[in-house]
Amino acid sequence: MGSLPESLGDIVEDFRSVDGQDKLQLLLEFSRELPSLPPELEEAAMEPVPECQSPLFLAVDTTDRGSVRLHFSAPPEAPTTRGFASILHQGLDGQSADAILDVPDDFYADLGLSSVVSPLRLRGMSAMLARIKRKLREKM
Amino acid sequence: MPVPPEKNAAFAAYAHPERLVSTEWLSANLGAPGLKVVESDEDVLVYDIGHIPGAIKIDWHLDLNDPVTRDYIDGQQFADLMRRKGINRDDTVVIYGDKSNWWAAYAMWVFTLFGHPDVRLLDGGRDAWIAEERDMSFSVPQLPAADYPVVARDDSKIRAFRDQVLFHLGSGPLIDVRSPAEYTGERTHMPDYPEEGALRGGHIPTAASIPWAKAAANDSRFKSRTELDAIYGDLDPNGNTIVYCRIGERSSHTWFVLTYLLGFTDVRNYDGSWTEWGNTVRVPIAKGEEPGEAPSRAS
Repeated sequence: MGSLPESLGDIVEDFRSVDGQDKLQLLLEFSRELPSLPPELEEAAMEPVPECQSPLFLAVDTTDRGSVRLHFSAPPEAPTTRGFASILHQGLDGQSADAILDVPDDFYADLGLSSVVSPLRLRGMSAMLARIKRKLREKM
Repeated sequence: MPVPPEKNAAFAAYAHPERLVSTEWLSANLGAPGLKVVESDEDVLVYDIGHIPGAIKIDWHLDLNDPVTRDYIDGQQFADLMRRKGINRDDTVVIYGDKSNWWAAYAMWVFTLFGHPDVRLLDGGRDAWIAEERDMSFSVPQLPAADYPVVARDDSKIRAFRDQVLFHLGSGPLIDVRSPAEYTGERTHMPDYPEEGALRGGHIPTAASIPWAKAAANDSRFKSRTELDAIYGDLDPNGNTIVYCRIGERSSHTWFVLTYLLGFTDVRNYDGSWTEWGNTVRVPIAKGEEPGEAPSRAS
């Protein structure tokens, strides 16, 4: 069983402590807090995405495996995707590669969002974490 | 009281132009008595980052589905929902949403299961409204509770079930509106939608592949009658047509196009779609680009 870095654990606790519409509001706050990309990544983020795919740009910088930098970008019209990306950004940016790989794939289940976000829509979160982990393993 | 339909030359060639409204018309009619605007989206937060002033949010997943069984809500639950949302039976309901009205069409289809008399789509949906920089609002309207009657859901006309689809093979047109990769069987789920996957990939034998998005122009509005006729020209408008996708949402968009824009008389949406078919033991499946043959009735 993996464990959560403190920063991500705190976010999970924040979500667990609110109910219903307040959870959506919290997710919305996260979506607003997603930082912009650094200029050198902006162009790469303009690639078109195929039908139905969440328009998410993700860059994983492993220059220092002791402090992995994560960069996300999603359009304003995809607030749920932005919210999920922002949770992962605030929870995992700057953590070590090992700590990120140790995060359970289904940690998002503890956010308790399935009552307000259909379980089907939560797939975005697991897909994002899986992509981050894949990139970390590729660069071993 | 319903609101008179829009008279718009751009819609005149469609079979049922009264089922569409333009952004101009909606903008001019916001607040009209008897008009209720409903937003239904794929993204659960989109409504909260700004919506058409006065619009009510109805979430397909959370509001229109039975919380336990894989089915839609019943007449009592629908009446309760309408009462809560402040929608009356004789109101004109205009539905719009994100992603080319993908989920708006689904919500409209569910409204139609309950026979809500006057329900229309906003041509172009959210995308068109925002592209024109029209007014947006953050406030959630608190409408007075409505008095909506309990009307039994009628699944017989526009909804198809698995066994009906099985029986339909070889006797009537069937359309798969998913992406080509899903149709051929290369993918068992949509990118990023792993939880809506299936154990088997491919399509229902005899199904023609006509991806739903072909009916939408780049600005998310519906394509013209001429263009749509070219896309769906091989189908018999008086045939008994069944459409499906993955869970029935993209095929609702095609159901709307065939029924209201092209005037097909009998179009049913198979909402079980691939998540049911591709997980069902021993149903026939075709892979690759060819529609495939109907199974022989003798087996």
